[in-house]
Amino acid sequence: MSKQETKVKDANGTSRRDFLRKAGTYTAASLSGAAMLLSNPKPAKATANVSWAEHFQKNYRLMTDDEKKEAVERLEKRYSEEFGKKVKVGSEPAIEGVLLGYALNIQKCIGCRRCVKACVAENNQSRGEKQQIEWIRVLRMEKGQFSAEDRDVHGYPEDYGIQVGGNAYKPAGVVLEGQHYYEPDQVPEKDAFYLPMQCMQCEKPPCVKVCPVRTTYRDPDGIVVIDYNWCIGCRMCIGACPYWARRFNWGEPDLPAEEMNPDTHYLGNRPRMKGVVEKCTFCVQRTRKGRWTGCVEVCPVGARKLGNLLDPESDVRKVLASKKVFRLRADLNTYPKFFYFMD
Amino acid sequence: MKRFIQFFIDFLRSGFSGGILFWAWMLLLSFFIMLWGYGEFVQIRDGMIVTGLNDQVSWGFYLANFVFMVGVAAAAVTVVFPAYVYKHHELHRIVVLGEMLAIAAVVMCLLFVTAHMGRPDRLWHIFPVIGIFNWPHAMLTWDVIVLTGYLGLNIIGGFYFLYKKYADTELNKTFYLSVVYIAIVWALSIHTVTAFLINTMPARPMWFHSMMPIKFITTAFAAGPSLIIIVFLLVRRFTPLKIADEAFHMLSQIIVWCLGIALFLTLSEIVTELYPSTEHSLGLQYLMFGHHGLNTLVPFFWTAMALMIGGFILLLIPKVRKNLLVLPFICLAVFIGIYIEKGMGLMLPGVTPTPIGEFAEYTPSNIEFMVVGGIWAIGFFVLTVLIKGAIGVLLGDVRYTESESRTVRGEQTRAATT
Repeated sequence: MSKQETKVKDANGTSRRDFLRKAGTYTAASLSGAAMLLSNPKPAKATANVSWAEHFQKNYRLMTDDEKKEAVERLEKRYSEEFGKKVKVGSEPAIEGVLLGYALNIQKCIGCRRCVKACVAENNQSRGEKQQIEWIRVLRMEKGQFSAEDRDVHGYPEDYGIQVGGNAYKPAGVVLEGQHYYEPDQVPEKDAFYLPMQCMQCEKPPCVKVCPVRTTYRDPDGIVVIDYNWCIGCRMCIGACPYWARRFNWGEPDLPAEEMNPDTHYLGNRPRMKGVVEKCTFCVQRTRKGRWTGCVEVCPVGARKLGNLLDPESDVRKVLASKKVFRLRADLNTYPKFFYFMD
Repeated sequence: MKRFIQFFIDFLRSGFSGGILFWAWMLLLSFFIMLWGYGEFVQIRDGMIVTGLNDQVSWGFYLANFVFMVGVAAAAVTVVFPAYVYKHHELHRIVVLGEMLAIAAVVMCLLFVTAHMGRPDRLWHIFPVIGIFNWPHAMLTWDVIVLTGYLGLNIIGGFYFLYKKYADTELNKTFYLSVVYIAIVWALSIHTVTAFLINTMPARPMWFHSMMPIKFITTAFAAGPSLIIIVFLLVRRFTPLKIADEAFHMLSQIIVWCLGIALFLTLSEIVTELYPSTEHSLGLQYLMFGHHGLNTLVPFFWTAMALMIGGFILLLIPKVRKNLLVLPFICLAVFIGIYIEKGMGLMLPGVTPTPIGEFAEYTPSNIEFMVVGGIWAIGFFVLTVLIKGAIGVLLGDVRYTESESRTVRGEQTRAATT
């Protein structure tokens, strides 16, 4: 499943043998390149009906209320036609007096990845063979990085492996010592615990600092959002994010109409286009209307807590006050608002 | 004004004239430029999915070439600096050729960045006034400033000089020299800022060290003059322009020193990273030794090291360094070595493993090879035209005449020699 994300490009890339075979085709094609440029290629789905006005609209952050309304209506019309159902594009601003924070109980998490699935369904990510995008990664952590079974039963690994790390016991394991391609018969596994990761909504987000066009910015409720219509696809933010939270739409997103969630937000789960970056927004389309995020709602063990960090009575504040809490990569001073805790 | 337009036309006419060899060369380049057009077309139509990039390795071949070419552009200063600051007479005569090289290199840089962008149609978003220019926060905006500024300075400096020569009027020394001196400092800035672009991200530990700018500059000042020597030797071979041996000796000395310092910095980096061998050194380890069977980069790294060290040792020997028959081959070796080391050899281990520790191997797709090859062809195309035009002016073949029947003298002579 989640492996597909890596494999996507493999399926698409070509081998050297293919290159030789195709070289002839390319040569012929490039000679008629001028003709091809003039002929109209089959337009990709989501960008087919983009109006002139949408191409030249301002950055969302700087739009007046009227302009926002106009932009939203334009999108609603386009999406409704495209997906054949009434699509709502919200433009709710951040609620005053709210600073969203998240707390995740790593003691309770069983690694079932229902949150991953729910997130994809809620947030209209690209799915299917060609390009599968997931905003949540669940890392499987070996207890103390020592797997008794590996050492006692398998012996030291010898053959070379593929992609995610060859013959290492731990396909991943640089900074955080976990891997996210685990596929056990059932979860939770005996000698592992799980550490889900997503956008940490940093208070000092490195991604926002490096964005050359300020298309990604921190909204007043502490959520780092992206105006997909302003993103130039330079991927500086992907380079700068220490949590590997950002995803890129390498191709045209594949979002079947029947699976599309029509309740969207301009800065959140509205359908994206190719060539732009996206990431978790704490379900901005839900939280700004006072609802839980998709992942909080679906978690079968109640490991996920969301709340207002400014309200001492909120779940998250209670966790911070009473539990053992830590954040990832605290050394980088990014001040994530995503906390991990144990009972 | 009329004279200026005439200069422009005569310059291009001189740039586009030559014998059969010249036209064969241009035709070859045009072929690759067409491949570029096709590659860009496919990439814009289908998205970046046609590249070998993915979320694990999201920066690749395009940015690797970009970083390298910024260095080549900056290296024009190795001609300009000795000419104006040390009054090196022989380099002074041909300084404008260095500026032409810088122009071609910056054009390539801009094309590489555009190829890297997921939404090139939104390029205007970064333009000040009509878009949003996140300056001074975003390092990329600094890079935009220094690169376009450098392009402007070289166009102004180079063409002002050529135009005055063409019109046979006196240079305004104050104006010209201030452009030249600003351009010298500016050249350092373009490569420094490009280093800052990637070494200011603690999320990528292999790049996160303060040695990056100086390493960039030293490798640039070894790779750049290597290319310049080759170009100048070709100029001397194929055009009547005389370039004295001293010019080559000066440049090859610059290569030795800079290459030596670059190798020293590489050694320092390797020792610092590998002695404690923390997790932060995994990128470098992956580059040098591979990671559990994922070792595509390993042969490239050691080839680059062999070329650089071998080139350095050979260039240390005065007899070899001053032998202009051997020199271009050593220069080619150094150029390729640094192209590997500072291109893909820097880009890929920087993003591998990912921040959460995943190793993914990346090979550029055919589309990427087409686009990159095409941009190199565009660079050589522009360089050829600029250099031929500039040489025409320098030799006095292309000059302003009042009469109606203006002819580009010497066109036949040059055609014969080419």
